[in-house]
Formats: sequence, C-alpha cells, structure tokens
Amino acid sequence: MGGKRKDEILHDHNHDGIDRRGFLKCMAWAGTGAFCVMQGGVLKSYSLSRLPGLGSKEAMGELSFVQISDSHMGFNKPANPDVAGTLKAAVDKINGLSAAPEFMLHTGDISHLSKPEEFDTVDQILKSAKPKDVFYVPGEHDVLNDDGKQFLERYGKSSKGAGWYSFDKKGVHFVGLVNVINLKAGGLGTLGHEQLEWLEDDVKHLKHSTPIVVFAHIPLWSVYPEWGWGTEDSAQALAYLKKFGSVTVLNGHIHQTMQKIEGNVTFHTAASTAFPQPQPGKADSPGPMKVPAEQLKSVLGITDVNYVQGQHALAVVDSSLA
Amino acid sequence: MRRSVSIASLATALVLGMGALGAGQQRFELSAQQKPETAEVKIDNFSFGPAALTVPVGTTVSWTNRDDIPHTVVSTDGVFKSKVLDTDEKFSFTFSKAGTYPYFCSIHPKMTGKVIVQ
Repeated sequence: MGGKRKDEILHDHNHDGIDRRGFLKCMAWAGTGAFCVMQGGVLKSYSLSRLPGLGSKEAMGELSFVQISDSHMGFNKPANPDVAGTLKAAVDKINGLSAAPEFMLHTGDISHLSKPEEFDTVDQILKSAKPKDVFYVPGEHDVLNDDGKQFLERYGKSSKGAGWYSFDKKGVHFVGLVNVINLKAGGLGTLGHEQLEWLEDDVKHLKHSTPIVVFAHIPLWSVYPEWGWGTEDSAQALAYLKKFGSVTVLNGHIHQTMQKIEGNVTFHTAASTAFPQPQPGKADSPGPMKVPAEQLKSVLGITDVNYVQGQHALAVVDSSLA
Repeated sequence: MRRSVSIASLATALVLGMGALGAGQQRFELSAQQKPETAEVKIDNFSFGPAALTVPVGTTVSWTNRDDIPHTVVSTDGVFKSKVLDTDEKFSFTFSKAGTYPYFCSIHPKMTGKVIVQ
C-alpha cells in the first residue's frame, strides 16, 4: 500500500485502502493506449502520451498493464490510411515505459474485416511489444461472417462460450466478456444468458475486497444507445459485481476516451489506435472522423459527454489531454 | 419471377412502372408482377435509405454500402443474409413472395429497415 497518496482515498469505509465510492482520480490518456497501475487495490490509468513525464514512483504499482483497443487493421480510408503505423506507434510508447507493464489487454476490433492477414499483421506488430502476454476480447469487426470461429481459434482456445474467460494477476481478478455476438435487430451489445450465468458463478466465491477488472469491447454502460454504444444486459453483469469494493470496467468501441464513476464502479473507454469517432450525437453517424493528419492524435484524446439516462445525470469525466 | 411477353399483348401496362428503365430500353410487359423490377437501398451514415421500401413481387432489391465502415444486410426472420459489405460493395435479393421483410445490420443492430413486398 506504499506509494499511495493520501488524498486519493475519498471513501475508505472499510479501512482496507479501497476507495469505495470516489475511486481514484483516474488520469486520462490520449490516442494510443492507456497505462494502468494497480495501487492499493485501485486502478489508475495514464495516457501513454504523457508517460515520459511520469515519475517512477507513479509508474510503480503492485500490478501494471496496458490496454489498447480498436486497431482496425485493414482499414485504409482517409481517416487513417496507415493503421499499422499508428499501432506501431502505440507499441513504441508501451516499450518506452520506465516500468514495463506485465501484459496487455486488447479490447477488440483487432481487425477491420476479420481477414486472416489483418489478424496476422496485428500479431506481428504486437510481437515487438515488451509485454509478451496479450489478453483479447473480440469486437464486432473480429467476428464477421463466421460468428467468431476464427477469433476463438486464434485468441480464445482456453475461453468459454463465445470467448469469455477470467484470470488472476497479483490478487486482481480479470474478467474478459464478449458482447458482440448474436446482436438483435434494433438492440445494443449483448452478453446473453449463458455468459451472465458464467459470470455470476465466476465471481461468487471471491472475497469482497478482491479488485475486479472487467474488459469487453462495447461499453458496459449507456454511452449513447442511439448509436448502439451500450450493452443490453450489462446491468445484470454489474449486479453480480456490486459486492466488490473496487470494480474497473475497460471498454473500447467508441474510439474516444470517456470515464464514468458510479458507486464502486469506474468505467473507462479507450481511444482507438486507428481512427477517431465523433462525440455522441455530434455527427450524423458514428463513422470514422476525418481530421488533418497532424491533429489525429489530439482528436483521439478529446472526450466530453453528459449523457442523461432517465432522471439521473451520469457523471462522465472529460478526459482530454490535448 | 419476371417474364417478358410478346408485343401483341402489352397494351396498357406499358405505361406503368417504366420509370426504372431507360427510355431506349423499354421492354413490353404485362403487369407489375411480371416485369423486371429492381430497387435500390443505399447505406449512408449508418442508415438504410429508404428505411421502408415498398416493391412488387419479383423485385430484386440491392443494397450498396456507401459508408467507410462495413455493414451487413440480415433478415430478422432469416430469409436473407449478406456477407459483410465493405465500402461500395453490394448485396442483392429477389423477393418472390408478398410480405413484410424486416432486416438489420448485424454489426450495428441499431440500423434497421424493411422491405414491403406487395
């Protein structure tokens, strides 16, 4: 628990170092990925673009890992004609960290069109990253035409169902969920009954003090349902996690950073390594956003949302680092 | 399905439904049910346009993806299902029975449309 600054714990009701309600100020990150450090049972994330300025004390935690997302290998439209180049740039930043992260999470849309060569290219680029283990969940672009068979063969051999699984690292319980399969007309992302049952069982026997990290492609909170940016049955999944003092949910899909803190749960969405998408409702559609090349990374970092769900205004934190 | 008929039997139906055909390539057909009909749906900005399309039986409907992001065209009731359509790719289906055919993009399920076949 050393290295934790006192002002970061806002509501330590159980005197166990876990902030139950306020959670830590989670420094946001821009463009190419997030660097996450587990300190005292809570997760902090840093923009890769500001990591060189981080002191070694801040970068040292009980556990560190990196999240990257939405590499969309194969995309070649004007919004970014070189998605391999920007993925390499993300890897370079990861390799430049003073304390090497232990592993990487890829929160989906590895490929653009589920083509084998697209997956091959990503695999090749990620091989040059210092962290050798990569944990994947599929995005909808990874399961085209075959309901995810290829994805499972490549990345999910030891997973359950459509590719969900869990693992433990240094006392932290990680859960990878799949919400891009069997989507229903008019609906959002879906976890499905079988996966929810598995999740309930998976976390049932864990101590309440166990930090939980859940990662999935489509946000597990209602970012903007009009654009499909949410998951139909995420509330059920989160209900199974209510007993835990520290829950961190990491998602991709929306190609911009956003954060929301709700009770003991902190939600983060990652920027894409490929191209930005517009802020919710700020364009005719969520399609790729074209910006001048020199602005690409700064636009990837811009986030500002006030989505109101029913009567409750959701507190979404602006995570721009531009 | 469509069926061309002889010039002798064309008469009044000639006027109907010729809009889709160029003036120089008019074909003489009996009725809406029997002439070759095509209709198009454009996919733009994550929407099907028109979202509701009414066509006669026998019409071949084609969908063209004009977005920078791939989409699919999947019948909600399992009647038809496209492969993934990248930019400018097209999918066609011929409707041989009357009915209402709701469909959606299985990648972006908020995108929905329907074809009404009469």
